Amino acid sequence: MAATAAKPTHAGPVIQLSKVLKRYTMGQNEVLAMRGVDLTVQPGEMVAIMGASGSGKSTLMNIIGCLDTPTDGHYVLDGVAVNGLSRNRLADLRNQKLGFVFQGFNLLPRTTALDNVELPMLYDRAGRWTDTRATAAAALVRVGLGDRMDHEPSELSGGQQQRVAIARAIVTQPTVLLADEPTGNLDSHTTVDVMSLFQELNDSGITIILVTHEADVAQYARRIVEMRDGRIIRDVPVTDRHSAKVDLAAMVDEPETVMAGAV
Amino acid sequence: MKKTTLFKVATQSIIKNKLRTMLTMLGIVIGVGAVIIMVAIGNGAQSQIEKQIGNLGTNMIVITAGSTAQGGASQGAGTFNRLTIADADKIKANATLLTAVSPVIVTRTQVIGGSGNWRSGVNGVSTDYLTIRNWGVSSGELFSDDDVRSKKKVVVLGNTVATNLFPDGNAVGASVQLGRSPFTVVGVLAAKGQTASGNDQDDVVLVPYTTAQDRLSGFSFLAQILGSTTSTGAIPAAIDEVKQIMRDAHQLNGGHVPDDFTVRDQTAIAAAATSTTSVMTGLLAAIASISLIVGGIGIMNIMLVSVTERTREIGIRMAIGARGSDVLTQFLIESIVMSVLGGVIGLAVGIGGAQLLGHFTGWATATPWSAVVIAVGFSAAVGVFFGFYPARKAASMNPIQALRYE
Repeated sequence: MAATAAKPTHAGPVIQLSKVLKRYTMGQNEVLAMRGVDLTVQPGEMVAIMGASGSGKSTLMNIIGCLDTPTDGHYVLDGVAVNGLSRNRLADLRNQKLGFVFQGFNLLPRTTALDNVELPMLYDRAGRWTDTRATAAAALVRVGLGDRMDHEPSELSGGQQQRVAIARAIVTQPTVLLADEPTGNLDSHTTVDVMSLFQELNDSGITIILVTHEADVAQYARRIVEMRDGRIIRDVPVTDRHSAKVDLAAMVDEPETVMAGAV
Repeated sequence: MKKTTLFKVATQSIIKNKLRTMLTMLGIVIGVGAVIIMVAIGNGAQSQIEKQIGNLGTNMIVITAGSTAQGGASQGAGTFNRLTIADADKIKANATLLTAVSPVIVTRTQVIGGSGNWRSGVNGVSTDYLTIRNWGVSSGELFSDDDVRSKKKVVVLGNTVATNLFPDGNAVGASVQLGRSPFTVVGVLAAKGQTASGNDQDDVVLVPYTTAQDRLSGFSFLAQILGSTTSTGAIPAAIDEVKQIMRDAHQLNGGHVPDDFTVRDQTAIAAAATSTTSVMTGLLAAIASISLIVGGIGIMNIMLVSVTERTREIGIRMAIGARGSDVLTQFLIESIVMSVLGGVIGLAVGIGGAQLLGHFTGWATATPWSAVVIAVGFSAAVGVFFGFYPARKAASMNPIQALRYE
């Protein structure tokens, strides 16, 4: 399959957050998870969002991923104002414009890699896909798992499972690929391996936003956004960007270690 | 998601959890099976009873002497008996809807002969009697029309009388004494058993009505006139026709004179018996339906557990774009497929069980199509009803929490 770049449907930034506020009510306590976040992401960027736990990075990710909506402020995703959309419209946005990669892989158990990757296309209401099997197979080939299509998650290593998850995220040609701690369950070798795949996808034009608390991983991005207490405290481009491919070549001696995947 | 795809997804999950699916379906299988077997038993009992009623006589109508009013006080039925041989002859001659007519003279007498004596009912009848009563002889034959015309002293013994007087079975050709006259036994009736009210129908002897009038009863009035119609459907019209003939015969047509006779058929008895068994069938089916409901609760239980167990899966589906309605439909299809599948298996078990039961009890167990349709339809309804709550619970999940669920 040819490198399918993300296709923003309008010319401006793919993500534009302005003065986004998120308030949770936990019992009698009010928690301000986000206290006015401004963030703009242009097409083709690879942004690493960093921060300690409780900094609000997960909340930011959920809002960008249309899994949650801001209490206040504005969020425009690829030209679509997300504020006030119904549950169904949010589901459609997730299906058409976003791809998710999770820390725990989150593949459907007892379901083959091919069926897992095909799944998002089956929920498409716009009727964009004609041959979902072939498209899913092409996505698996693209992440280097052309020979593992009929394997179930339990028969795959952690790195392979995450590759299946990435294939599932990119198969719908999303505007933005969101990765929440994508290397959190992987050993260092596999981490670099997966990051090289992300870099490769980014080089082909896909916009990637990844949440991580590992500085090494963030060095593979083009830009680092750091959060603390619900605010962005640092937003800088990566000056000495690492190439995962080069790093991987330096680690050739170590074989990939299988980590227990939590699904 | 397309409905066909949803169906595929739902059935895949059913197939992936074979043991759980089978245990869940078991409740419905037993429920539907029980309903089918119960209805089959009920229907078998009903047709058994209908057969017994049919034994009383096919399409039989009974004309008895009616009541008359004397000075405004109605007397009981049969108090003023004006039913005569002439009436029977007129009915036989004029009724177009009756195939057979027989007068019946009833008396009792001591039957002496063979190995002893036996007191029994005597029915003076015509040769049509056995046709009307749907009866036959086990040996010998019924007396002939000639015997009736010539008032011959011939008798056909009922099975009970024959076995009491002639235990060796050589009754035909023997001579018995009825009252003071010697009669020749020309035949023995086939055993007919008891009536619904417990009377032994075989404790009777039949003689020509002419002979009975002459030699035994000494009076000319009839207890009843029996007739049989061409078909069950013709009974109401035949009753009207007979009534008119009787009114003409008794010259009741001027003014508002009430009938001095009664015409009845067997449908009242049949209806009473049938309604009793249909109440029984309904009762059995109602009890069996409870197991169907219990089966449905089993499905709801498993689906609720399944929804909780698959919280993560639901979160994943929602994250990649499943709408709430997609998740709802998927879980609903799962429960419907399980319950309908259970219903179909239960149907097979029920029909098989009913056949087996019929084989061992000798009952004609019949599974009506309506029971099949209702059982399967009901099990689908159980799937929808008990599957909806768990499915809605799944559909209303928050994707963030569902994804984080451990």
